[in-house]
Amino acid sequence: MSVDLSQFIPSFLEESFEGLELMESSLLNLEQGDDETINSIFRAAHSIKGGAGTFGFEKVTEFTHLVETLLDEMRDGRREIQQNDVELLLQSVDCMRLLIEGIRDEVECEDIKIDETSNLLAITLSNNSDASSIVEDNHGDQTSIENENENENEKSKWHIEFIPEHHLVQTGNDPLLLFSALTEFGELEVVANTKDLPSLTDIHSEELYLTWQLTLISSSVTEEDIREVFEWVEDECLLNIKQEKISENLPDQIVDNQNVSPSIQTKDNGNKSLECDLEVDVHSNNTSPVKTASQQNNDKPTVKAKPDVGSIRVGVDKVDSLINLVGELVITQSMLSELGNNFDLSKTERLTSGLEQLLQNTKELQESVMRIRMLPISFAFNRFPRLIHDMSLRTGKEIELILKGEQTELDKTVMEQIGDPLIHLVRNAADHGIESADIRVANGKPEKGTIILDAYHQGGNIVIEIIDDGGGIDRQAVFNKALEKGIIDENTTLSDSQIFDLIFEPGFSTAVEVSDISGRGVGMDVVKKNIQSLGGRIQVESQPNKGSTFKVYLPLTLAILDGQLVKVGTETYIIPLITIVESLQAKPELINRVSGDMILYRLREDNVPVIPICNLFNIEAECHEVENALLVVVEADGQKVGLMVDDLLAQQQVVIKSLKDNYQQVDGISGATILGDGSVAMILDVVGMIDMAMNNTDQIQLRRINKNNILEGVTL
Amino acid sequence: MTKILVVDDSNSIRDMVSFTLKSANYETVEAKDGQDGLTKAQSESFDLVISDVNMPNMDGIELCSELRKLPNFKFTPILMLTTESSGDMKMRGKAAGATGWLVKPFNPEKLLSTIKRVIR
Amino acid sequence: MNIQELASEIPVEGEYSLEGIDFITNGEQYLTFLLAHEQYAVDILCVEEIRSWEKATKIPNSPEHVKGVINMRGVIVPIIDLRIKFTIGDSNYCDTTVVIVLSLEDEVDSKIIGFVVDAVSDVLNAESNEIKPAPSFGGCVPQNYIEGLVNVGDNVVTILNVAALQQIEPHKPE
Repeated sequence: MSVDLSQFIPSFLEESFEGLELMESSLLNLEQGDDETINSIFRAAHSIKGGAGTFGFEKVTEFTHLVETLLDEMRDGRREIQQNDVELLLQSVDCMRLLIEGIRDEVECEDIKIDETSNLLAITLSNNSDASSIVEDNHGDQTSIENENENENEKSKWHIEFIPEHHLVQTGNDPLLLFSALTEFGELEVVANTKDLPSLTDIHSEELYLTWQLTLISSSVTEEDIREVFEWVEDECLLNIKQEKISENLPDQIVDNQNVSPSIQTKDNGNKSLECDLEVDVHSNNTSPVKTASQQNNDKPTVKAKPDVGSIRVGVDKVDSLINLVGELVITQSMLSELGNNFDLSKTERLTSGLEQLLQNTKELQESVMRIRMLPISFAFNRFPRLIHDMSLRTGKEIELILKGEQTELDKTVMEQIGDPLIHLVRNAADHGIESADIRVANGKPEKGTIILDAYHQGGNIVIEIIDDGGGIDRQAVFNKALEKGIIDENTTLSDSQIFDLIFEPGFSTAVEVSDISGRGVGMDVVKKNIQSLGGRIQVESQPNKGSTFKVYLPLTLAILDGQLVKVGTETYIIPLITIVESLQAKPELINRVSGDMILYRLREDNVPVIPICNLFNIEAECHEVENALLVVVEADGQKVGLMVDDLLAQQQVVIKSLKDNYQQVDGISGATILGDGSVAMILDVVGMIDMAMNNTDQIQLRRINKNNILEGVTL
Repeated sequence: MTKILVVDDSNSIRDMVSFTLKSANYETVEAKDGQDGLTKAQSESFDLVISDVNMPNMDGIELCSELRKLPNFKFTPILMLTTESSGDMKMRGKAAGATGWLVKPFNPEKLLSTIKRVIR
Repeated sequence: MNIQELASEIPVEGEYSLEGIDFITNGEQYLTFLLAHEQYAVDILCVEEIRSWEKATKIPNSPEHVKGVINMRGVIVPIIDLRIKFTIGDSNYCDTTVVIVLSLEDEVDSKIIGFVVDAVSDVLNAESNEIKPAPSFGGCVPQNYIEGLVNVGDNVVTILNVAALQQIEPHKPE
C-alpha cells in the first residue's frame, strides 16, 4: 500500500489561499528594486506550484509555472517591474485562486479568464529574450511515460566501475549505501580495489581512497536505473557501466541501449547527464508504484470522507494553555472523586472549595476553547487593499485605504459571513461616498479620498467602522426617494438617523446613475439582513461634505450566547439576553385589546404587542390570560414585543447547537442547547417569532375577509 | 532510530515529508526555514537533513554551507528538495556541500527509496 | 527489496479494518423491530444505537409524529414516532418502547435521527435474492419507504429504506 497523501490536500489548499493573499497584498505594495518583497511573492508562487505538482493538480502547476517564471525574471533583475506586469500578476493571482477554489469544490474550473491570462503571461514572457526555457522546462513533466521496456525473464549482467574522488564522503555520501541501493535491482558482487591506498602516514582520515568494481545481475534494471542511483555523486566520480547479455535473445531495445550509450565518462559532460536525470525522475514517478496506489484506492471500501468543514490553524500557545487547563481539571476531578470515596459531613468545606475550583476550571477551559475559534480580523480586511486598488482604476478616483485594529479577534464563522457585507459597504463608500477629484477640490478637500476600516471590541461585541471622508448622505435625496417609493408620506417627520436608516429599506438606492460597482439597489437591505442574521446590527452617521460612518456591531462568537431561561408550560426556552429590554409583571390597566385579537401593552409611551408563546407554538401553558402574566419585552429590528411566559428562570451562558444538522430550520427557533440536567432547550429567534406572529394575524384577517366574502356570497 | 531534520517553509510540504518519513518509522524534527533549521541542528544531531531551497530568512543553500561548518554535520547527508531541476541549482547545492537533491513534485515512494542511498 | 514492497510495508490508517466481520453470512444484515405486531427491518450498518424511550423536548409546531429532540452525548437528535408516522398501532410509551437511532452519511451530509418503535426483535441475515419487491398496493407504509419484503418462516418482514425514513417533512403552515 502506498502512502496516502490526500489527507494533506486541505492544508495545501489553506496554505495556497494564504499564499495568494500574500502575493496579492505584496503586489499592491511592490516597488522597483524591492528584492525582499518580490522574493516573498516568488516563494509563495513556488510553494503553490510544488504542492500542486505533488497532488497532480496539473492546471495549477502549469499556470503557476508561468507566473513563477515571470516573477523569477523580476527577481533576478532580468525584467523591470512595470505597472502592467503587476496588473497581469494580480490578474493571475485571481486565476490561481479560481483554479484552487475549483480543486477545493471538486469542480472542473473552465474559466475563459484563465486561458486569456495564461496566454497573456506567455506573450509577456516571450517578449523577454530569456523566456525560451519555460516551455521546455514545463513540458518535461509529461514526456517519457512510454519507457516501460521491462522484460521479466531476461537477465543481464552489468559491470560497473566506480572510482570516487577522494573527497566524496565529505558531502555526506556513503558508497556502501549506494551499493545496497543497487542490491534492490538484483544480485550484486562488490570488489574493492585498494591499490590507490596511500601509506598509513599519508592517509587523511576524511578522504576516500578506495575504488570499486561491481557486478550486478538483474532482470529488470536499465542503465538509467543504475545511473540514477549514482545521480548525486556523478560529478565526483568516474562511473563506467557496461552490460553483458546473459540470455540469448535480448530484445532490441536493450541492445540499443548498449550501443547508443557506451560507458560515458560522466565527469566531462555533466550537462548531458543532467538532462538524463530529469527523465529518470519522471520515469520512475510514472511507473508502477503510482499505478498500484490507484488500484488499491479502487479496492478500498467506499468510505467517503465527511464534507469539508474547514480547518483552523491554532497557535501553539493557545493549545498549550488548553493542555494546562485540562491538566488542572484532571487534578480537580481526582481530588473530588477521592473526596467522594468516603464522604462525611466534616469534609463539606473541602467539597465546596473543590466544586468552586471545578467551576473556575470549567470557565477558563471554556474561554480557552473559544479563543481557538478567534482569528484576527485582518483575515477579512486583507482583501480590501486590492478592492480599493481595482476601484481606483475603474472609477478614476484616488482613494487611500487605512486599516486599523487589524489584530482585533473575531470568531471564525462570524468572520466568514461578514466578508461580503463588508465588501459591499466598502464598495459603497468608494463608489457613492467619495466624490470625484474635481468636486473634492471645489469643496476644499484633498484630491485623494480616504476610507478607514477600523475594528475594536466594545463590551461583548466587536465593532467594525467603515468611515469615508466623502460627500455624506444627502438627507433630502433620501427623503425624496423614500417618498417616491412610497415608504413614507410627505407629512412624516423623521430624525436624521431615521432618514439614514431608510437606505436599508429593500429596493432603495440613491445613486443617480447605476454603476457596475455598487449594483442596482440590491445591497444595503441585504447587508443589513446578513448582519442581523449574525445577531448583529448596523448604524449610520453622516455629515454633509464631511463623510459617512457605518458602524457594524457583531457578537464575538456564534457558539455561545448569554440567555434568559423562561418556562412556558412544561417547556424551557432561552431568550437571547441581548434582545431583552426588560421583564415585567403585566398590570391589567395597561392592557389594551385592539382589532379583536391583538393585545397591546402600554410601556411608557410605546404600545407593545404581546405575543403569548403558548399560542405561537401551540403548546400548553399555565397562564393563558395576559392580565398579571409575566412579560419579557424584547426588541428586534426596531420592533418591541412582549413575550408572555409562565416563569422566569436563571440567566446563563448556553452553547448553541444547530437544529438544522439533524432536523431542519424551525420557525421562531434559532437553535437548541443542552441544559445542566442534560435536557434540550430551544433558543428563541425573536425576529422569526415576530414574523410568525405577523403572518398569523395576517392570516386571521384573511380568514375573516374570506368568511365575510362567503357570507356575502350566500346572501347574494 | 534514524532521526531526520525536515526544513521547508511550506507547512503542507513539510507535513507530507514528515508524515511519509514517520510512516516508514523514521523520527523527524521539522523546521520552518533555514534559520530555524540551523538552530535545531545546533542543539541536536541528525542522521539526515532534507531541506527546501527557496525559503525566507535563510535559504537551503546557505543552510547547507552553514551546516557543513558544524562538526556534527561534517558527514551528515543533506538532501535538497527542489522544483528547480536546472543544473545550475544542483551545482550550487553541491558547491555548498549538499549530498544530493530530490526533485519536486514530491512523491512519497520516491522519497523513501532514494533516502536509502544515504542513510542506513 | 523493491519499491512496491517497501511501500506496502508502510502502514496506512484504516488498513487494519475488521476483516472477517462478514464471516457469518455473505448477505446483508438487518435489525428487525416491531410496529404493533408487524415486523420491519433496517440495514444494521445504519444503526447507531438503541435507546430506551425518554421524553423529548418538543419542537414548536412540528407534525405529531415528530416527538421532539433529545440530547445524545451532546448531539441534538430528533425523535420520530414511526407508529404515528405510518399510523400503525397505538402510540403507547411503555417499558419495551425503544428508540432506534439511525445514522446515514452521504456525500453532502449526515443525519442522525431516532425512531420510536414498539420493540426490537432480532438480527436478520438476508441475501439480495431473498428480498422480494413489495406489492404496489395497500398498506399503511407508503411505497417509497419500502425496500422489499423477506420471508422469515411464516412471517414477512418489511425492509425499510433508511434514506427515505430520514427525509424530514417540512412543517405545514398553520
